[in-house]
Amino acid sequence: MLQGHQSWMFQNKPVILSSAAVGGPFEAQGNLADDFDLLYGDLWLEQDSFEKAEKKMLEDACDTAVKKAGIQKENINFLLAGDLMNQIISSSFSARTVGVPYLGIFGACSTSMEGLALAAQLVDSGAAKYALAGTCSHNATAEKQFRYPTEYGSQKPPTAQWTVTGAGAAVVAASGTGPRIVSATIGRVVDMGISDPFNMGAAMAPAAVDTIEAHFRDLQITADHYDIIATGDLGKIGHAIARDLFEKHNINVPESKLTDCGLLIYSDKQDVQAGGSGCACCATVTYGHLLKRLRAGEWKRMLVIATGALLSPLSYQQNESIPCVAHAVAIEQ
Amino acid sequence: MGNKAKNKKLTPTQIEYQSFAQAHEPARPVVKNVIRAFFVGGAICLFGQFIQNFFMTYFNFTEKTAGNPTVAVLVIISVLLTGFGVYDKIAQYAGAGTAVPVTGFANSIASAAMEHRSEGLVLGVGGKMFKLAGSVIVFGVFAAFVIGLLKWAWSAIGGMS
Repeated sequence: MLQGHQSWMFQNKPVILSSAAVGGPFEAQGNLADDFDLLYGDLWLEQDSFEKAEKKMLEDACDTAVKKAGIQKENINFLLAGDLMNQIISSSFSARTVGVPYLGIFGACSTSMEGLALAAQLVDSGAAKYALAGTCSHNATAEKQFRYPTEYGSQKPPTAQWTVTGAGAAVVAASGTGPRIVSATIGRVVDMGISDPFNMGAAMAPAAVDTIEAHFRDLQITADHYDIIATGDLGKIGHAIARDLFEKHNINVPESKLTDCGLLIYSDKQDVQAGGSGCACCATVTYGHLLKRLRAGEWKRMLVIATGALLSPLSYQQNESIPCVAHAVAIEQ
Repeated sequence: MGNKAKNKKLTPTQIEYQSFAQAHEPARPVVKNVIRAFFVGGAICLFGQFIQNFFMTYFNFTEKTAGNPTVAVLVIISVLLTGFGVYDKIAQYAGAGTAVPVTGFANSIASAAMEHRSEGLVLGVGGKMFKLAGSVIVFGVFAAFVIGLLKWAWSAIGGMS
């Protein structure tokens, strides 16, 4: 049900029956290695291209999530998935394997929460009994598409972020046990004129702040309502900017509550400049780490805001700035 | 200039945010990068000098003719390091130090060729290996052409060569 201007309150509180996170070798060395369901020791995943490897991870995430939910693939009514590749091939090709009715979505790195919000809406409205939301990204395919060849020796600036190799998926159902999706806020596209693709955090931070403020406004709550507020992949710079923007806008978001998936996933020893990014950043951290802690009772209510930079290699070569979007989903124990 | 032209398209709020965001960005460690580039780039050139002397001492090369095999050896080493996946890690440390010498040129071609291998030999490797190096060749050749023309004009009007 629409609440305020751009938020949905889910009357029946759809359940996240299960979630799965798959990661690559670099993620296995990170801080959250234990929270992944499946980790690969090789970037290729025994496939003959990185694109196929990325698709394989999403298939694995979907399989694992369905298996953990204790249902059959045939029970899934709809799969909502998206990724960073041109024409979202990783998602569509995975959907071919999964073989359930499929809606392809694109929100760049905000896809994880866009998918989860839509899945919750489908289930809540009775349009689906079981909906599967998933997304994936691969460091090498993203570098290839958006930047330079993987092995090209270019020096990355300290504002650059590291695309997470991984995939995440969640099964949303009308009933069952598990964390419940209570509300969601769909963000508007915000463009503050940043045009440097090596500085995504600064580009995306205003979108995240905009969506969070809209969420608080629409639901008439404050940050106190949540135990944890996690942004998708702002990284060090975007995180600091978001904190200061809240302060500037006189919105009280305690520092201890605000975290970022891109800061959580890797360890300080890993040379990732400003932090993690990519569709899989928010997806794997949320579906692995954050939900695990929520299920364990560490937190009662959390708000996850996936942030996406909606640029293409073509758009930045034509000197366009980077439009960004963020979607928030509130999950309760 | 470039910044000003770009700012024309931006709204005042956007311009305000740019400076707000800039305050949060760690500056590129330019001094550190320059020093590293100087030493790594210098080390590569010193190594090249050793190779050149090697060819001159042990084979029948003159200082002029030893240039080609020296470059070939550096290129082969650079391509091998690229293939083993080490070159980009050295480059993150060295920056321009590994990009400016001939090794950087070899790396740009080898890495693009590897990257697009999955798209086949013709459209992938063949078509895309000069993705990065292509503009170096185009503008390099053009610059050489202009300089050649200037040199010719200079000598045609009786200038000293």
